[in-house]
Amino acid sequence: MSSAPESEETSAGPVEQEVRSTSDASDFSSFPGALGLRLIERHARFYRRLWLVVASGAAEPLFYLLSVGIGIGGLIGTVQGPAGYPVPYREFVAPGLLAVSALNGALNDSTFNVYGRLKFEKLYDSVLATPLGAQDVALAEIGWAVVRGILYAVPFLIVMAAMGLIVSPWALLALPGAALVAFATAAAGVALTTYMKSWQDFEYVVLVSVPLFLFSGTFFPLSVYPHVIGLIVEWMPLYQGVVILRDLVLGAPTWALLWRAAYLAAIGALGMAVAGRRIAKLLLV
Amino acid sequence: MSVTASSPADRSRAWGADSRPEGLPPAISPDTLHAPLGKLPGGWELSVRAFRCWLVMYRRTWRASIWSSILGPLFYLGAMGYGLGSLVDAHGTASLGGVSYVVFIAPAVLAVHAMNTALSNSMFPVFGAMRWNSIYLAARATMLRPADINRGHLLFITMRIAMNSACFVIVMAAFGLIRSWWGVLLLPASVLLGLAFAAPVAAWTVTLKTTTPMNYIIRFGSIPLSLFSGTFFPISRLPAWIRPLAYATPLWHGVALCRSLALGTVTAGSAAIHVGYLAAMAAIGLWAGARSYRGRLYV
Repeated sequence: MSSAPESEETSAGPVEQEVRSTSDASDFSSFPGALGLRLIERHARFYRRLWLVVASGAAEPLFYLLSVGIGIGGLIGTVQGPAGYPVPYREFVAPGLLAVSALNGALNDSTFNVYGRLKFEKLYDSVLATPLGAQDVALAEIGWAVVRGILYAVPFLIVMAAMGLIVSPWALLALPGAALVAFATAAAGVALTTYMKSWQDFEYVVLVSVPLFLFSGTFFPLSVYPHVIGLIVEWMPLYQGVVILRDLVLGAPTWALLWRAAYLAAIGALGMAVAGRRIAKLLLV
Repeated sequence: MSVTASSPADRSRAWGADSRPEGLPPAISPDTLHAPLGKLPGGWELSVRAFRCWLVMYRRTWRASIWSSILGPLFYLGAMGYGLGSLVDAHGTASLGGVSYVVFIAPAVLAVHAMNTALSNSMFPVFGAMRWNSIYLAARATMLRPADINRGHLLFITMRIAMNSACFVIVMAAFGLIRSWWGVLLLPASVLLGLAFAAPVAAWTVTLKTTTPMNYIIRFGSIPLSLFSGTFFPISRLPAWIRPLAYATPLWHGVALCRSLALGTVTAGSAAIHVGYLAAMAAIGLWAGARSYRGRLYV
């Protein structure tokens, strides 16, 4: 949630060229979109050397959990939980921050880094010289951003469990839930990044992500808002993710969660379709 | 082209002064280049010239950052102060000194905003001026000395901190979050806090070879600082063993100073300690900046 960083890749010194062809590409092409795995593998190899960057990104929501959950939680006491009875504030806020950590991981990669690869590294130009197509690039970028969202969410879940903030076995579904948040974020992020003209445009990413982070029911229940604003907040994608994860972790799932999940999946599918078409157009396929 | 020519006329011919296209200013001859420079203007005059270079650039680029630098802290004030604050106030505000939560955190949001403005202007822009667009290297080719280049950039950063802080102080006053006339000192206090971060960080950034360490400063430096320095909850809520560390951080001194000014609880002794601490950091940063800029630019 801090000032806009530059792309991690363009700033990380000389780019490692990983074009070793260890096996034939047809190994993977048995199911649609499978070629994109090759690009995901490239990113995984690249980030093996930058693991501390990924680890430090995962630490950010943990600091918020300690500060807001423990520090401010003591000033608040209990709030109304999803099941209708009051829960301690730290149990209330933790699933919200879990959703934020998945969003953060996916957003950083699908915006700043995709832009860097698209405009400065010209990575996709060389990718298109291989059997991969523009749709594979879109799939792989979204897939890698989801992987990064999951990499942020897993340590957060472990810390939540260690702090005794997971109170229900339904929490086992929290990881797929976080992956869904990451998927919707990543697809929308890649799609919107294809419309960016310069680094200055990324100010808008910050301008959108900060209010999403603060007002999506992460830190306080919807009942705090006036009724009209509450209706607007309900349409925010992160709000749906926060509600899904909170209901699961606090053990009060309802059938309505499926509708919320479908809403996030629809955003993801739309973003994916737009991203594929736009990347094809930008790279003149 | 002969470079061993001896007479001045030969030398300017060797530099192509005769064959220049019409309309271009005369080429600088080696004699001019190697002439003794005479006495350079002392004091801050050359620093102000470096500052004006940054102003010229800012006139072209201010639109990009204006929204996030004004709206960002307002989002935090609205969400934390009013949204979360409604839950805190319902539970009781005795541990906050009896003021409502939004009054408690508004001066802290101001201090954090000043720190973040200072950091975002003294990391990537300094690194870029050294490595990407080489503004510093161009400035080195003029009569500016490394210390002038450093202080000129810091003058510009100070201006940015003052602009952002002034916007937020006006909002605080409009929402009735300033409870004392001491509040007129909030602006200089937040500028001092910003400079206490900007000067040492700029001195450090100019020595970097990659941008990766700057990400660590944000994630392991400014984010924990802004969450645990008595900003969103009193330090007395932290475990006892970690409190001395929180009291030693520069951000806590800035937060405590701004809060005492906004609430009118300021005392001469505590204010002197806070101001002295922050001024010492800024002074050390200026001294270190003159040294590290010299090391990077005169090699």
